[in-house]
Amino acid sequence: MSDIHSLPIASRRSGIHVPRAVRGWVVPAGLLLLWWAAFHFGWSTSSLLVSPAAVWQRAVRYAASGELLTALGASLWRNLAGFAIGAGAGLVFGAALAFSRLFERAVGPSFHTLKQISLFAWIPLISVWFGLGDAAKVAFLSLAAFFPVVLNTFEGIRSVPREFIEVARVLRFSRLQMLSRVVLPSASPSIFAGIHLALIYAWLATLGAEYLLVAGQGIGNTMIDGRERFEMDLVIFGVIVVGLVGFTLNWVATQFERRLLAWRGHSVAQF
Amino acid sequence: MANNAGTLDIRHLSKNYEVEGEPLEVLSDISLRIEPGEFVSIVGTSGCGKSTLLRLVVGLEEDYAGDVLLDGRRIVGTSLDRGILFQEHRLFPWLTVEDNIALGLLNAPMTEGQKRFAVRDHVALVGLNGFEKAWPHQLSGGMAQRVAIARALVNRPEILLLDEPFGALDAITRAHLQQELQRIWEAEGITTILVTHDVEEAVFLGDKVVVMAPRPGRIRRVVPVPLPHPRNRSSSAFAEVKGAVLAEFGGEGRVLEPLTVPPHAIQPISHETFA
Repeated sequence: MSDIHSLPIASRRSGIHVPRAVRGWVVPAGLLLLWWAAFHFGWSTSSLLVSPAAVWQRAVRYAASGELLTALGASLWRNLAGFAIGAGAGLVFGAALAFSRLFERAVGPSFHTLKQISLFAWIPLISVWFGLGDAAKVAFLSLAAFFPVVLNTFEGIRSVPREFIEVARVLRFSRLQMLSRVVLPSASPSIFAGIHLALIYAWLATLGAEYLLVAGQGIGNTMIDGRERFEMDLVIFGVIVVGLVGFTLNWVATQFERRLLAWRGHSVAQF
Repeated sequence: MANNAGTLDIRHLSKNYEVEGEPLEVLSDISLRIEPGEFVSIVGTSGCGKSTLLRLVVGLEEDYAGDVLLDGRRIVGTSLDRGILFQEHRLFPWLTVEDNIALGLLNAPMTEGQKRFAVRDHVALVGLNGFEKAWPHQLSGGMAQRVAIARALVNRPEILLLDEPFGALDAITRAHLQQELQRIWEAEGITTILVTHDVEEAVFLGDKVVVMAPRPGRIRRVVPVPLPHPRNRSSSAFAEVKGAVLAEFGGEGRVLEPLTVPPHAIQPISHETFA
């Protein structure tokens, strides 16, 4: 399916034709230039301003010593574990809410109340139950991934158009066929949206977990160490790594969605 | 899955809905007999219960008084013997054209090879050769409706029900598909009931036109259409029959029936619709 968004008409108007693949890099490149200029021309005398070069050197040292791998690895495995547990539980819970009116009436109100509670408000409870180590962090991440998946799964299953159900009834679908061939495919865009959100929230929560449940190691702990030792190059390096990982996770999820939901065609915006 | 066209016998069919605690009579004492291979058009304004009648025959609605018999057997629920085409094409967007048509055969007692053959056969029947792998969102309204026709016919039902199938299409596509439907009906010889509010469509396609009156829904008159196939829309005989049908709706100086139920009381319950 070709994209009609690559017509260069607008850029022709402005006089500068920037190839589509490069457009996303213009702003970051500009910011980088501004940063370098600020350091180079001494716009600020604060010792907290470090040059891009210093950050790069730190990055190289950190990667070479293997510390990057350990820290990032720790963060990532917790992220994926929490995401898997939270999303898995969320799918089951959301489906139960959607399929069983009894379950929804019994558990629904409590769930909808709990989901309003800010995630970070759970930290004290979690630290009492699980301590400050890995288990606590994974529990926190699972919670972060849980809520969006439940809501989107519930919404997706409940929103299956009655028109499709009627067609299936006329064609004598069994209950299993109804579920696997009508309900599941129809709900899948919503369910995928929920999982995509869960992935994003889980990564965001990973950092939060490391700040608040300080035992152990991870990329967030690295940044805290940097801050305490006033090594701003380490802090900025950490921020960049976190951003890149988040971007990659998002990109992977989008590719997955695009492939599995190709049948939606142009009825949904494509980015 | 017989290739025989079915005989439909409706005897004293009545149906009530409950609106705000009060029973609302949607269909009142409908009696109709449809011979095998016949094409019957049902015409009426909104609210005359014609869609409800169709849904009762196909088995999507139950709980009625009276009898509905297909080949002498009382109908219970839905069945592959009775196919239906809705106003929306209702194609599953996650399936290609041929997979959508194959859905009709999901529970049919055929081998895989036979099913593939039947699907290919029906793609050709509705004139969509070359579009087997297309997605529904890539099709025009008329094409999508043709896929829906194929899906409804692929398991060779005994009776085909059409609920205002061309209402959502533009006039040119509508005329085209009416012609297609006539061609398909002549080729398959299947008993067909068409519900429409378009009098011309009803006369063009039907062997007889059943005129329904609303509130409560009942049969006002059955107008036979003794015209040869293929029909000619511009012939004087056609115009005569059309005029006879239109006369039932207040044309030629006749007065329309006044409303007997205040409009605000006529609310669809949850998701049900009336005509």
